[in-house]
Amino acid sequence: MPRDLSIKKVLVIGSGPIVIGQAAEFDYAGAQACRVLKSEGVNVVLVNSNPATIMTDKALADEIYLEPLTDETIKRIIEKEKPDSILAGLGGQTGLTIAMQLSKDGYLDKMGVRLLGTNAYAIDRAEDRELFRETMHKLNQPIIPSEVTDNVEHALEIAERIGYPIIVRPAFTLGGAGGGVANDPRELEVIARNGLMLSPITQVLIEKYIYGWKEIEFEVMRDAAGNAIAICSMENVDPVGVHTGDSVVVAPAVTLSDHEYKMLHDASLAIITELGIEGGCNCQFALDPKSMNYAVIEVNPRVSRSSALASKATGYPIAKVTTKIALGYTLDEIRNDVTGTTFACFEPTVDYIVVKFPKWPFDKFVHASRKLGTAMKATGEVMSIGPSFEMALMKAVRGAEISVDTLSMPVIKNVEDIEAKLHDVDDHRLFTVYEALWRGVSVERINEITRIDCWFISKIKNLVDYEKSIEGKKLGAASYLKGKKLGYTDKALERISGNKISKHKDCVYKMVDTCAAEFKAGTPYFYSTHDTVCEAREVVKHKKPCIIVLGSGPIRIGQGIEFDYSSVHCVWALKKLGYEVAIINNNPETVSTDLIPRIGYILSLLHRRMS
Amino acid sequence: MKKGYIVLENGQVFEGERFGAKKDVIGELVFTTGVEGYIETLTDPCYYGQIILQTFPLIGNYGWIDADTDGREIKAFAYIVREWCEAPSNFRSEGDINAELSKRGVAGICGVDTRELTRIIRENGVLNACITDDPKSVDMDALRAYKVKSAVANVVVAGEKVKKYPSCSEEKYKVTVINYGNTFNIVSKLNEMGCSVSVVPFDTTAESILDEAPDGIVLSDGPGNPTENRKCIAEIKKLIGTAPIFAVGLGHQMLAIAMGAKTYKLKVGHRGGNQPVKSAEYKGVYITAQNHGYAVKSESVEKVGGRVIFTNGNDGTCAGVLYGEKRAFSIQFNPAACSGPENSDEFTFGRFVNMMGGKN
Repeated sequence: MPRDLSIKKVLVIGSGPIVIGQAAEFDYAGAQACRVLKSEGVNVVLVNSNPATIMTDKALADEIYLEPLTDETIKRIIEKEKPDSILAGLGGQTGLTIAMQLSKDGYLDKMGVRLLGTNAYAIDRAEDRELFRETMHKLNQPIIPSEVTDNVEHALEIAERIGYPIIVRPAFTLGGAGGGVANDPRELEVIARNGLMLSPITQVLIEKYIYGWKEIEFEVMRDAAGNAIAICSMENVDPVGVHTGDSVVVAPAVTLSDHEYKMLHDASLAIITELGIEGGCNCQFALDPKSMNYAVIEVNPRVSRSSALASKATGYPIAKVTTKIALGYTLDEIRNDVTGTTFACFEPTVDYIVVKFPKWPFDKFVHASRKLGTAMKATGEVMSIGPSFEMALMKAVRGAEISVDTLSMPVIKNVEDIEAKLHDVDDHRLFTVYEALWRGVSVERINEITRIDCWFISKIKNLVDYEKSIEGKKLGAASYLKGKKLGYTDKALERISGNKISKHKDCVYKMVDTCAAEFKAGTPYFYSTHDTVCEAREVVKHKKPCIIVLGSGPIRIGQGIEFDYSSVHCVWALKKLGYEVAIINNNPETVSTDLIPRIGYILSLLHRRMS
Repeated sequence: MKKGYIVLENGQVFEGERFGAKKDVIGELVFTTGVEGYIETLTDPCYYGQIILQTFPLIGNYGWIDADTDGREIKAFAYIVREWCEAPSNFRSEGDINAELSKRGVAGICGVDTRELTRIIRENGVLNACITDDPKSVDMDALRAYKVKSAVANVVVAGEKVKKYPSCSEEKYKVTVINYGNTFNIVSKLNEMGCSVSVVPFDTTAESILDEAPDGIVLSDGPGNPTENRKCIAEIKKLIGTAPIFAVGLGHQMLAIAMGAKTYKLKVGHRGGNQPVKSAEYKGVYITAQNHGYAVKSESVEKVGGRVIFTNGNDGTCAGVLYGEKRAFSIQFNPAACSGPENSDEFTFGRFVNMMGGKN
C-alpha cells in the first residue's frame, strides 16, 4: 500500500522530562519520526515539555509547543492546530497514555483526529492485565500462572494447581512487605497467613515463582498488510527478577538452541499478529533454563528503550520504519537505508555481539540502596560491539565511566566472604562474579547462587584465566594479541603483566550493516576490533578536513539529554562549514548516533570509547 | 592450538587455528548468515562438497544436541567459524562442537576474520578453498579445477529401499517423495496433513513410481548443480502430468529443466534464515530459510508456460513457479521454515493437497 495521502497534519507527542525508565531513547525515536513525517511532506505539530530535545527544534517540526503533557494541554493544541492525525507510539508511555485516554473518551473521534499506528483496542489488549491474559489464553501462549485469594485454604489449593515454588504477593503493601517464596505447603501456609494479615484488603496474589528463568526479549515489527518480522533478539545476563533496564543485556540471544529461538520467535509474531500491532513492538519472555517451558511476561505495543538498543545493535531504524508504517506503507515498500538496495521486509542478521551495560546513579546517591529488583534504577546505558562477548563486555564496562578498565573492581577485591557477596543482587554483581572466579569459586557454584547462565560466567572466566596467565610475565606477540582480542587496553595489560608493551597494535574498524556483510552497505557506522582489514579506511573521503565530535556517553544525574542536543547541533554546524564529521559515542539512545540524511551527508559513526 | 590455513583459489591465504578433524580438505566456500541453528546447518545435506562459513562469530554456544540432527550426518566438507564455544550451555547439550566435528571427521578452522572472508565471497562470488596445515603444499590448479560433483549420489544411497510413513490421521492421499538429499520436515508435514508417504531414492524410475499410482509426487531438495542430474530429469519429464507435483529446492530447479526452462549459478547464493520472499498471488512478504547456489531463470520459465509466483525480496530472483496446466508447482525455499502474514502452509503443502483434491 502506498502512503496514505489523507494524512496531512500530524500531532506528535514527545516524551517529556527524562525520568528513570524513560530517557533519551524517546527523543531519538521521536526525532526520527519527525524527520520521516517532514520528508513525506506532512505538517508536524510537536508537543513536548522537555526543551533539551532535538525533536523540539524548528528543523524537525513546523509548530512546536513546549507545554506540560496533560490531557488538557493536548486537547487545547488539537483545537488550535486541528491536526488530522496523532502519532503517539514513539514518545514513550506518557504520550501513549494520553492518546489512549483521548481516544477512549471519544474526543479524538469528535475532533476527527485519527490515531496513527497501532489502534487503541490493540494497545488495550497488550496493556490491560485481564485483556492481556485473555488474549494470551486465546493464542495458547503461556503466561506466569497466578491467582488472587483472600484465605489460606484457597491459597493452598491454587498452589497445588500451579505447582511449587510459589511467590506470595500481598496486595497494597509497601515494597512488597509480607510476601515471600514458599517451596511447599507448610511454608506457604505461614507466608500466606502473614501476607493476608499485612494486606490492608486481606488479599494476596499466589504466583508461580520463576526466579532463575532466562529473560529473553524480541523486538518485532508488523505492518497493516500483516507482514511481520523479528528484528532482534536480546538476552538478559541477569535472570528474571532484575528489571531489564538494570540488567546487562546482550543482542542477539546466545544461549538459546534453534528450537528455543524459533519457539519464542514464532510466539512473538503470533502475538503481534493477534494484537494487530502496526509498527514496532517488544515482547518479553521468561524461559526455563532446564526445559522448553516459557511464559510471556509482557508486551510493549510501542517503540521502547529496547527498540533503541535493537536499532543500534542491528542498524535497522525501528522508529523510522514504524512511522512509515503509520503513514500507510508496507514493509516491502520501505527501502533498507543501510544497504540502499534491499527492503525493510527482512530479518536483520548480525556478525558481532552487542552488550548493553546500565549506568546507575549510585555514585551520586551514595546512601541509596544498591539492590536491584523489579523497579528500574539506572538512568542511562552504554552499548558496545565486538566479535566476542569478552571484548564487548570490557568495552561496555569502560564506557560506563565507573573508574575501572577491566572487571577487577577495588571495592570488591576487599570483600572478605565473596560467596556471601554473590547473593547480593546489586550493581556490582558482574564484578563480584569476576572476583569469585579469581578466588577459585567454580562456574557451577556461581550459577547456583546467581542463576546467571554458565555461558556468561564461563566467558568471564576466560578473562580471569587470561589475566592469571600473564601475571608477572613479559607479553609475547601471541599473548598480547589474545589480550587485545579479549578487549584489554595496553594500559591494563601493562598493569596486569607488570611489563611494558613493546609493540602496540592498532585496532581496525568493522561495519554495522544489518546483513552480516551479505550485501554491500553504504552507511559508515563502525565498531572497533582486532583484525587485519579495516573497513573504515574504504569509506569515501571527500578530501575535506575531518573533525571528530565526541558524544556525551550515558545519561546520568547532572548530564541528561542536553549534551546530545548540543552534539547534534555541533555536527550540523560543522557540516555547513564544509567539514567531514565523525562522531564517537557509546550511548545507543541518542540522536547524535543516528543518521542525519536531511543534510545530504552521511555521518561516520564510531562506537568506541576513546582510550 | 594448532595453526591451520584457508587458501582461496585466488591465492589469498588466511591463518587461523584448527579444530574438529585435522585433515586437509578442498571444497566450495560459501557463507551462511544464520545466527542460531548451527546444528541444523551442519547436518543440512545440501552443503555436500562445500565448506561452510558462519558469519555469526560465536558458534557452538548451546553445544551439540543429537536430537536436533534428526539422525542426519554432516555432508559439508569443512566448517569455518570465528570462535567455537569451549563451555557450551544448554540443558540439552551433549558436548561441544569441536568434539562432535572430530568424531564425525569434519575439519574446522577458527580464529579467522570471517567478516573479511564473507566480503571476499560477496565481491568475487563463491570460490574454492582449501583447508590445510601447509599453504605452500596446495596444488592451486587442482584447487581452481574443483567442482562439486555427483552431489545427489553422495548424499542418498542409490537403490535404497522404499521407506513408508503412514498418515497421522485417516489417509486422504498417497504421496511419493523422491529423495534427492533433503526430505527434512517434508514427510512429517505431509503425514500431518493426511498423506501417507513413500520415500524413494533419486534413481527410482518413473515407471516404478507410477506403478504405485500415487495421488501426488514431491521432488525433494538436495545438493549440487541441477543440470548434473540428467537421468533424474529424464524421469521427472515422464512424471509431469501424471499426478500433481510439488517440488522444493533442487527439485524445483530440476522440474524447471524438465519443463524446458533454464537454471544458472548465482554469484553468492542464498543461505540463511532471513531470506524474504514476495508472493505474486498472496499478499505480502514471507521470511524463509534458504540454502541454494543455483536458481531458475525467470524468463525461461515464462517461455514454457510456467508463471513465477514467488520472487526473492532482496534480489528479485525466481523463488517459485506454478505450471498450472501441468498441475505442478515448485518453491526454492524450505516450506517448513517460513513465516508471513498468512499461514504459509496454504501456498506450499496446502496447495499441493488441494491439487491432489482436483483444485488448481
